[in-house]
Amino acid sequence: MKQTDFVSLVMPFKDKVFRLAKRLLVSREEAEDATQEILLKLWKNNKKIEDYKNVEAFSMTITKNFCLDRLKSKQAQNLKIVHSNYTDNNASLQKQVEAKDSVDWVSKIMEDLPEQQKIIVQLRDIEEYDFAEIAKMLDMNETAIRVNLSRARKTIREKLTNTHQYGIK
Amino acid sequence: MVLNNIEKLIEKYNKAETTLQEEAQLKAYFKSDNVAAHFEHYKPMFQYFSQSKQEQYTKDVPLNTKKTKLYQWISVAAVAVLMLGLVVPTFIGPTEQEKQEALMVYNQTMEALSLVSIGMNEGKQQLNSLALVSDNLNQGMEEAGRLSEFSKTTNKIFKIK
Repeated sequence: MKQTDFVSLVMPFKDKVFRLAKRLLVSREEAEDATQEILLKLWKNNKKIEDYKNVEAFSMTITKNFCLDRLKSKQAQNLKIVHSNYTDNNASLQKQVEAKDSVDWVSKIMEDLPEQQKIIVQLRDIEEYDFAEIAKMLDMNETAIRVNLSRARKTIREKLTNTHQYGIK
Repeated sequence: MVLNNIEKLIEKYNKAETTLQEEAQLKAYFKSDNVAAHFEHYKPMFQYFSQSKQEQYTKDVPLNTKKTKLYQWISVAAVAVLMLGLVVPTFIGPTEQEKQEALMVYNQTMEALSLVSIGMNEGKQQLNSLALVSDNLNQGMEEAGRLSEFSKTTNKIFKIK
C-alpha cells in the first residue's frame, strides 16, 4: 500500500479517532499525540490493513485501548485536567450564545461519566455509529451497550436539569 | 402534533431505543429556535453533540519510515560483527593438543638456547684470561716506553759530546 492510498483510507475517520481520544484523555495535546501514534501504528501495519474488513472499526478499537492504556500508565499523571480548548462553531444565533455556558456544562458532565459510558456516548451520540458497529468495536453485546447508553443519557439529563434549574428551585 | 412526536422520541431516546434517523430528527429539532419550554434543558446536550462533531484533527503525521529502518539494521550489523569477533577465535583457534605441542617445541628450543649460553659463558671466561695477558702486555709496553725515553736522553748526551 502506498502512502497516498493509506492517507485516503485514513482521512475519513482520523477526526473520529481524534475526538474519541480527546473524549477520553480530555487534553487536546494528549489527544493529538495519541492520534498521531495510532495513525503511525496503522501505517506500520499497512500490509496487514488490506486484510481487515472494516479498518475504521478496527482503528476505533485501537484508539479505545490505546487511550485506556494511557490513562492507566504513569504518563497519565502528567495529564492536563484543566483545559480551555473549546471553539463554539454554532454561535451564530443569540440564543445559542446564551446556551454556550450550558453547552460547556455538558462536556464537564461527560468528563465525570465512567469511561465505558463516555466511549459509548461518544460513538453513538456524536459519531453516530449504529449499535452493531459499536458492539464490534467494543467487543460487547448490543443490549449491554443500550443499557450503558441509557444510563449515561440519564446521568447527563439529570445533571443538566439540576444546573438548569439551579437558583430557581 | 410535532411536539407529541418529539415527546415520544425523547422517551425512546432515554431508553436508548431510538434509531440513528430518529436521533437525527431530534438533533434537527433542538437545533431550531422554537423548542418547547419543558425540553429546554435537552438543548445544550444535543447542541454539544453536534458541535463536538465539528472538531478536527489538524496535525500532520510523518509517515516516512524507510530511513529509520536502515538505521535499525546498522546497529544489528554492528552487533553481528562484534559477536563474530568474539565467537570465531574460540572455534577456529588452536586446540588443546596443538597448544601442548607448541609448549614442547618452545621448551626444547629454550633448552638448546641455554646450552649455547653455557658455551658462551665458558668462552667469556677464556676471554678474561686473554684480557689479563693484554694487561701484562700493556705494562711491558709502558716499560718499553720508559726504556726509549732513557735511550733518547743517552743519545742527547752522546751528541753533546
